[in-house]
Amino acid sequence: MIDRRLFLGLTAGASLAALTGCGSSDAGPGGAAGEPRRGGRLRAAFAGGGAKEVLDPHLANLFVEAARSKALYDKLADLGDDAAPVPRLAERWEPSADLTRWRITLRKAVFHDGKPVRPQDVLASYARIMDPKRAFRAKASLSLIDLANSRAVDDRTVEFALTRPFAEFPNALASFSAYIIPESTEDFTKPVGSGPFRFGTFTPGRSTLLTRNAEYWENPPHLDELEFVLANEESARINALLGGQVEYAHDLSPVTARSHEGRGLSIVRAPNSGMQAFAMKVDRPPFDNRDLREAMFLLTDRQQLVDSTLSGAGQVGNDLFGKGFKHYAEDIPQRTRDLDRAKWLVDRAGARGLAVRLDTSTAATGFVEAATVFAEQARAAGLDVQVAVGDKDTYWANSLKNGSLTSFRSGAMPIETHISGRLLSSSTTNTTKWTRPEFDALYDKAVSTTDESARAAAYGEMQRVLHAEGGYLIWGQADWIVGTSAKVGGVRTAPANTLDWARFDTVWLG
Amino acid sequence: MRNYLGRRALLGLAQVLTLAVAVFLLVEALPGDAAVALAGDDPDPGRIERIRASLGLDRPILERLLDWLTALAHGDLGTSVVSGRAVTDIIGAGLGVTATLAGATLVLLVPLAVGLGVLAARRPGSRLDRGLTAVFIGLHAVPEFALAILLVAVFGIGLGWLPPTAVGVDPLLDPVVLLLPLVVLLARPVCSISRLVRASMITANGAEYVRHAHRLGLSGRRVRLAHALPNALAPAATQLARTTDWLLGGVVVVEAVFVLPGVGTVLVDAVAARDLPVVQGLALLFATTTVTVNLMADALSFRLAPRAGVGV
Repeated sequence: MIDRRLFLGLTAGASLAALTGCGSSDAGPGGAAGEPRRGGRLRAAFAGGGAKEVLDPHLANLFVEAARSKALYDKLADLGDDAAPVPRLAERWEPSADLTRWRITLRKAVFHDGKPVRPQDVLASYARIMDPKRAFRAKASLSLIDLANSRAVDDRTVEFALTRPFAEFPNALASFSAYIIPESTEDFTKPVGSGPFRFGTFTPGRSTLLTRNAEYWENPPHLDELEFVLANEESARINALLGGQVEYAHDLSPVTARSHEGRGLSIVRAPNSGMQAFAMKVDRPPFDNRDLREAMFLLTDRQQLVDSTLSGAGQVGNDLFGKGFKHYAEDIPQRTRDLDRAKWLVDRAGARGLAVRLDTSTAATGFVEAATVFAEQARAAGLDVQVAVGDKDTYWANSLKNGSLTSFRSGAMPIETHISGRLLSSSTTNTTKWTRPEFDALYDKAVSTTDESARAAAYGEMQRVLHAEGGYLIWGQADWIVGTSAKVGGVRTAPANTLDWARFDTVWLG
Repeated sequence: MRNYLGRRALLGLAQVLTLAVAVFLLVEALPGDAAVALAGDDPDPGRIERIRASLGLDRPILERLLDWLTALAHGDLGTSVVSGRAVTDIIGAGLGVTATLAGATLVLLVPLAVGLGVLAARRPGSRLDRGLTAVFIGLHAVPEFALAILLVAVFGIGLGWLPPTAVGVDPLLDPVVLLLPLVVLLARPVCSISRLVRASMITANGAEYVRHAHRLGLSGRRVRLAHALPNALAPAATQLARTTDWLLGGVVVVEAVFVLPGVGTVLVDAVAARDLPVVQGLALLFATTTVTVNLMADALSFRLAPRAGVGV
């Protein structure tokens, strides 16, 4: 019942699909919030983690920690509407011709204590994250930086040296929790950042109060105060919203959203937020058999899964990550159910009646439900899929190592990050055990060329291979749902982990 | 009696320590550890190893158990492996909420349950008795979470009389948020205890000593309250002990619905995070509470009805 408190995003930086033509759009059907207005305190309810909750932005792991870090701190870049990085504290970036040196010009910004944000702070922040003895989440994304050879050029310019050519370096700058902190900060009891809000008070497990930073380099917030409060149960978050105890309730279920929509509340849905999948390990039986993987792709009734387990709040997937994101292979036709061919492939693989265990858990909302519905669909094609519900707290580590078929989900991130984290021989979270030298080579080509069209072609090729015979059966993209009171304006429909998700500096109380 | 209590206290201490060690081993036996739980959906094995080393979880299990016991002997419950905060601080924060709620519940529960039980027992089988019985049995059948959700929907949201949750408020500074949880926590114990009081009162009213008291010409009220009731309370005291224990353990479901960060929530979080020192601290707390409360109940029963004897 407490599964949603964990930040289940596999988020090495995140992004948002273009939702409408121009990406994020303002919410608020009633328009009761009116024009932007200064002042007031907005209370936002999130799931929390009790003792686990920390103020150190580099340790951020839960949604509430990510949202709070974003209010207090800045990254050099963040991810925009098509998953492409947009400059934040970095005003612009410029690679050398061979893509191994990147020159970053910093924006004129100050920390909450009045000190300017300097290249030294940037280098020190990254050095802290990359400390070999520590285990920060953003470390893997930054690991290609050669810190010893990186330097401050002047008081607004940093030059990063990389260990290899990397065209997608701005993705690393936008990686999850790669926040810039003042040099040599280790004490976070009173955090000092450069973000739109200053620290006020913190009661672990209950609330965090922040105040407006009038000196913010972008537009200072409309709100005077922002308070994060914790409620682990989704029902409690909606009750608090309905009862006027909070103005913003994060992460609501589709059923809740439907039953309260239009009744004095605004429901904000962000499409393409959560990839919903089953992971087949391609290095072991039975899914080392390509025919059987294709049979799995074809036997899936994606619409039924979306309708039943997401209550319709989502879209069908095409076995590819990052729908709507930059480099997404839109040209690959949508796969549809073909039971006859699936049966034929099952027979050809000699797998008729084969018992296959589907490992799942309540680690993410809807996992068990989706697994149950899917098992039923597989039976229709002659596969005896048996659902095994395991421990939720250790699910991710377990499913990385064990089992041949597991439930999987992912938050938004650039397609490059998804590939480098999960689909290369060197990937540390390669759940499908997809290790192909020729695929690795395609990735290397994509990220080491300066030629945009060659890069696009390489991404296209990688996706064609994955679509044909990969290990991820991606059946849907779930909406991300947030509820606000009618007087809240400026909440944008960005999926979790993106720049505009849980972004409160642009929000106002009408 | 004093001897008996002394022995019971020693036994209780042994029970508490055994339980603490058992809990340690049981949490160790759970799949995964704090490092795996912390890594969550980014289970990079190298990262998990580094987290494990940084939390000191790579040391042998026996060494960690011994460390914990040594620290305990010095009155130190240690620090959370996950947040580094003192276990006493973490538990203390939860205990404030839980103890306030449990205290308030008990203060209302005892007079309410006893009063209703006595009232129902006045004329067994009367319309009042049957009415109360029907209500008690019906209410007792409603689980806490269902009642909680119903009350929130009606009084918190529908009528808007009371705050539906305690989100973001300190319940100790703003006790109005405790009203609905209080009603939920009272509902079932009132039923069970008043039923017990009623039954024992009926038995006592028929007993020879009560009839004798009537024959002596004492007023009915005095006979009921001064003679029958103390005897009738003995079984209720044991049930009250169980209720107290239940309340002090933090009623997780009620805490979750109303967002009260009590010890039940602390426990759920700590187990999910495999935060062993916090789980251990709570195990000690719960075991001590159970032993103490039961000891007190036994002593109280003995005082109320000495004939029960202690059998040792």
